[in-house]
Amino acid sequence: MKIERTGVAGSLESSDTLVTVDPHRGGVEIVLRSIAEARFGVQIRALIETTLRELAVGEARVQVEDRSALDCTIKARLVTAIHRAAKAEHPVWELLK
Amino acid sequence: MKNLRRTMLYVPGNRAAMVKDAHIYRPDTLMFDLEDSVPYTEKDSARMLVYHALRAIDYENVETAVRINGLDTPYGLDDVEAIVRARPDIIRIPKTDTADSVREVESAIESVEREIGLEVGTIKLFAAIETPLGVMNAPEISRASSRLVGIALGAEDLVTNLGTTRSEEGIELLYARSRILFAARAAGIHAIDTVYSDVCDDDGFLQETRLIKQLGFDGKSVVQPHQIELAHEVFTPTPTEVRNAERTLTALRAAEERGSGVTALDGKMIDKPMLARAQRILELAAASGIDVNRELL
Repeated sequence: MKIERTGVAGSLESSDTLVTVDPHRGGVEIVLRSIAEARFGVQIRALIETTLRELAVGEARVQVEDRSALDCTIKARLVTAIHRAAKAEHPVWELLK
Repeated sequence: MKNLRRTMLYVPGNRAAMVKDAHIYRPDTLMFDLEDSVPYTEKDSARMLVYHALRAIDYENVETAVRINGLDTPYGLDDVEAIVRARPDIIRIPKTDTADSVREVESAIESVEREIGLEVGTIKLFAAIETPLGVMNAPEISRASSRLVGIALGAEDLVTNLGTTRSEEGIELLYARSRILFAARAAGIHAIDTVYSDVCDDDGFLQETRLIKQLGFDGKSVVQPHQIELAHEVFTPTPTEVRNAERTLTALRAAEERGSGVTALDGKMIDKPMLARAQRILELAAASGIDVNRELL
């Protein structure tokens, strides 16, 4: 999927995550801020990278402000932000593992 | 009608914390909402959040339902596409006016079930009746699909359409409640009452819950977790009711072994209708954590 504009999803409420996806050249840049970063930072980054691969996003800047969200919440917010950024109205559900 | 549905807790589909934790309050059914509680700008994110949550979170045997947007909105078909893949127990249809609207949702669900190799009929249906037309069509709606396990009254839209308001005693809902209940019972499915919106008025909530239990409803939609315990208390049989139910079942089983469907208990005749009532009391008691003779269930 091609990132064409800024896409935002989620919130800064507890157990949620605010994800911002921006157009970016030359690969993927991930900026992660999480109150659980010391413990789960590696896991969250891996989740973000896997999700970007699933949706074939090769170029993007991804900012994730995590408020102790579950993995499934982070993934849902990231997928939504990507779809908004790619102006994709309907998800390709088969791509979402 | 084995599942108990004393409470159906609304969970706004875009609230991550509630989607994650709502089952800890132990409602009989969790109902993730993609419809009225979600603003138009967040329909996509709520749908995606509920989709991923249902696939990842263990809701510990609490029944899961998702209220989708109507198929007459730009969101309904996308909701079906996503939610069938997430495999909740139930999809709840909002503002059901006709049997055809149930069949349209059923057809959309079946299409996705076939596409993903899910056995056709896996996802069950609930229909919410929220308009005078829906109330009038309740008997046809209740029989519209073999997937339909229940119908629910949604009162807020209904009273507006009737040109009235909700009162403490609920007289304005008497016809709708009665008609919906009769339609559900004639079709052999559950009937669930509307929400009680004043979440600070526990006495009013209890009064209304006692009323709908007496009418025969199986349960109530709730909007606040603390209403779950209150409703379950109303539906919990008393120790005397449980003891009488056990004695009734024991007596009828003994009569059955003698080749008879009727017997006497404490000088009163008891027969088949009492059997069903006694079983329902024991099911409710067991679900409420009361120690019952499980051999009789």
